[in-house]
Formats: sequence, C-alpha cells, structure tokens
Amino acid sequence: MELNRLQRSFLEYTAALFREGFLDSQFSQLYQLQDESNPEFVVEVVSLFFDDSERLINDLSRALDQTNVDFKKIDAHVHQLKGSSSSIGAQRVKNSCVSFRNFCEAQNIEGCLSCLQQVQQEYLLIKNKLEALFQLEKQIVAAGGAINTVEWML
Amino acid sequence: MNLGGSRAVNSLTIQSSSTTRRPGDGVVDPFPAGLRVLVVDDDLICLTVLERMLQKCLYEVTIHNQAEAALELLRRDKTGFDIVLSDVHMPDMDGFKLLECVGLEMDLPVIMMSADDSKDVVMKGVTHGACDYLIKPIHIEALKNIWQHVVRKKKQDRKEMEFEQSGSVEDGEQQQNPLEDADYLSSPYEENRKNSNKRKDEKDEAEEMDDTSTLKKPRVVWSVELHQQFVTAVNQLGIDKAVPKKILELMNVPGLTRENVASHLQKYRLYLRRVSGVSQHPNGLNSSFMGPPDVTFGSISSLNGLGLQALAASGQIPPQSLSTLQAAALGRMAPLIDQRNIFSYENQKFRFGEGHQQLNDNSKQLKLLHGIPTNMEPKQLATMHQSAETLWECPSPIPIKPKRLFSDTVGSTTIKESYFK
Repeated sequence: MELNRLQRSFLEYTAALFREGFLDSQFSQLYQLQDESNPEFVVEVVSLFFDDSERLINDLSRALDQTNVDFKKIDAHVHQLKGSSSSIGAQRVKNSCVSFRNFCEAQNIEGCLSCLQQVQQEYLLIKNKLEALFQLEKQIVAAGGAINTVEWML
Repeated sequence: MNLGGSRAVNSLTIQSSSTTRRPGDGVVDPFPAGLRVLVVDDDLICLTVLERMLQKCLYEVTIHNQAEAALELLRRDKTGFDIVLSDVHMPDMDGFKLLECVGLEMDLPVIMMSADDSKDVVMKGVTHGACDYLIKPIHIEALKNIWQHVVRKKKQDRKEMEFEQSGSVEDGEQQQNPLEDADYLSSPYEENRKNSNKRKDEKDEAEEMDDTSTLKKPRVVWSVELHQQFVTAVNQLGIDKAVPKKILELMNVPGLTRENVASHLQKYRLYLRRVSGVSQHPNGLNSSFMGPPDVTFGSISSLNGLGLQALAASGQIPPQSLSTLQAAALGRMAPLIDQRNIFSYENQKFRFGEGHQQLNDNSKQLKLLHGIPTNMEPKQLATMHQSAETLWECPSPIPIKPKRLFSDTVGSTTIKESYFK
C-alpha cells in the first residue's frame, strides 16, 4: 500500500540521517513536542532555524570580509549558530561550529574562512535533507497517515 | 492553543497556559503544573523549543528574547513568576547580570542555561547565585524537575530565618518572630493571583506558618530612596544594635510598619552574611579575606569598567548621589556605565583559586562591588565569616545573591571628581 511504503521510506530516511550524524536525539525530542495542539511544531521550529542560520551565515561572511576582523563578534555569531543548531539536533552543523570557535579563539582568519565554508556546506546539506523529509511527511499525511516516530528509539 | 502572532525578533512576549485542571476537580493536586516560568534567551529557536517543552511539563510559560524587557516585566509584577530561566550569552544584557538583578530585586530562583559548559562559566553561575545551570541542548527531562528549586528556596528562606531565630549565630541580635515575617516568605504565593487554582503548597505554607501567612498585606516596594533611609538608620544604630522598632522610628516613613522593616532587615542581614561568605567559598582560603577592610581607592581606577556601582558599593558616595546613581545604574542603563562589563566577565583574572594574587584581586573586586561596610572591624568580619561558615555547612546549598542594592554608605563623603566621567 502506498501509505505503508511512504511510512517505511520515512523511517529509512530518518534512520539514515541519524546514522550518518546529520541529526541527533535532540531532533527526535522535537517530535515529542508535537501534538494535536501543535501539529506543525517541528516544521515551524526548523523553518525558524533555516531563517536564523541564513542570517547568521551572511553576517559571518560579512564580518570575515572586514579589514579589521572583529573576532569577538564572529565568535558571538558562531556561538548562536551552535546553540540553535544544537536545539534542533542539527549535529553536523553544530560540530562545524565547534571547530569554528577554536579558530576564532586563535584569531586565525584562514581557519575561520575554511570553517565558514564548512558550516555553510553542512547547513545546505541538512536543509535539503529536512526539506525532503517534510515533503515525505506531507505525502504521508495526504495519504491519510500519521508520522510514526516511535521506532526511532532514541 | 494560541502561540501568539508574529515572530518578530524584537521584544517578543508570549504567554501560554497549559493548565487544564479547574478548581473543583477536587482530587488531584496540580502542582507543579501551573508553575509560572519566565524564559529569557536571545536565540529564538531555543526559546521556541524551550517554551514547547515547558508547556509539555504543564508549566505556564512566558518567553522573552530581550533581557531588558524581561526584567521590566519582572519589575512590574514581582510576584508574577515562580522561576526564571536565562541564557548566559545575550547581546543586550549579560545573563549573569540578569541573574543578579532578579536575585536582588525579586528574590526568585534563577536557572542559567548555555551551550558553554566550561568550568569557569558554570562556576560563575554558582557564585552569582544561580540555583542551577543547564547545558544546552536542554532535554525535557531536565525541565520536568525545575519546580524543586522553587520549593527548595522556600524551605531555605524559612531555615535561614530560623537560624536568625536561634540567636546562636550573632551576638546581641534581636529575636525575630517568624510569624511576623510570614508575609515575606509566602509572598510569591500571594492571594492576588490570576489563576484561581489554589496550589497545595500554598496551603502547606499556611499551615506550617500557623495561619499568619494568610494575612493580606500590601507589599512594600523597597525603592532605592527608601532602602537608603533604611541603611542610614541601621548604620546610625549600629548593625548589631539595629532593631526594627528603632529603625522604623529613625526612618519616620508614614505607612511603613515594623513588620516591613523587620523582614527587610532580615534580608539585609542575610545579604551581609552571604557577602562575607562569597569571597570565601569558591576557594576555601580564609587568610585572604581577613585582609584590611579599608580598601584603598587607588585600586578602583585599575578595575576597568566597574563603573559607579563599584564606587557606590565602596561607600564613598553620599546617599543622595548614591540613590541617583543606583537608579541610573540599576534600572535605566545609564549610558555612562557599561553594564555588561561590571563584572568583567571576559576578564580572565576572574578565576578562583588561581594563585594568591588573583585571589586578592577577586576579594577586592567582590568587596568593592558588594559594599562591605568600610568601617567594620576585622573582628566583626570574623564574626560574619564564622556565621557564613556555619551557613555553608547546611545540607542544602544556599544560593549566593550579591545584593548590590544593599550597598552600605558608611564612610567619608568625599567624592573624587575624576571618577565621574
């Protein structure tokens, strides 16, 4: 049946995301917070994350482009990105922020630039994957089903 | 359930209620459901997730992404919340500053949060009086039990008051009747609540305090000016001999009752005691604290960014100016003071236990900031220290709340013009 197939795809897809370290247990917590009174919670929060991250990444590239680089400001931005990515379980984005902060502390511009690139890459990756995931969810709901996260067991 | 309108990044307040029990359901006690939590964090994603988690715990959540606005909200209604959760790193106000203000003005339990789990920062949380420190990302399990801090605080307040009662701690101390201070202790659970749900702990409090907690007394707002009069009166009488009745007479404020003064005096004494213990606790060394109480003001200029608060606290400024300065510094963020630097959070020297030199700086810093009366004899300090020590042996840790508002103004009134830049 179509619904079963969709639901199986959903589980396999998310399992892969967890396995490959794109997402961690914090992400599954988000689903626990979703219920009848907040049926779109996960999509809402993740959308917030997308908006916020894009803004931060733009701010970061601008800041690194200055003649006098303000490492404190950059560190603050990265700290925030680290916080928000960890809040939704975007593990690889979070990890790239950790290395970024080390280079900030060392005031190493080259290092920072390469970290920024990495952060951007990871962000785009997870964005694509989550958008695909939400598409799948939509299809499941449209087919009359519901998202089943029990089997995540995280 | 309505989650509120736009998600603008500017000051955002969303109040959501998730209590579903109505009075008359009868059987089950809702507590800790309905616990009123204020969350302050500049990260909107974090705020959103936390809000949802707290709602799931059946708490009544209000979120704010601007610390200043949150503080204003708290000031407008000091009994409107039971507990505050605050992020450490925020652009408009340092989390530790918020922590202090809340502890100072509202005496609420505050939990700090951060992705930063470095020992120094967690230690800062401890020394500034946070009742807990949560590492982000926060799990809902960690939030389920935050109500314990509210209950614990009540118990501690009562215990400290009993300490006062026993009279074994300080010599010549006037015995305080616990019943008269009941209004102070039960104030966060005052009758004027929006939620008509009577919580079981409210009733418990009433029972334990022999019914006097049900007295409906309007809360006195201890404004800067009023507190100044209080401190002046206390100093005139001498801290050991200051009794509420005499203080009241000296203050001569119409409408102020002996009970108001008594509970304020109790808080003030606790503050003094804690302040004497703060420079002790982080490192356990006694000798440095016993240094000369007369801190020279040559050292002030070397403490960057401490601003007028430090000066005020060190008692070199006359009451009138102090009131103005405190008002400016405390509530309205006067431009001349860089509030965020007051404790030099980024200052690497602010590490406990890293050598005697650092220690002295710390002690001095803390002393200046928390206004230990400069005319205190070393013996008096010793007494305070001993009482602080006794308190530290209590089974449950007593949060340290540096109460800058209570800074003493004893001392000469010479003002060094150069400090007022």
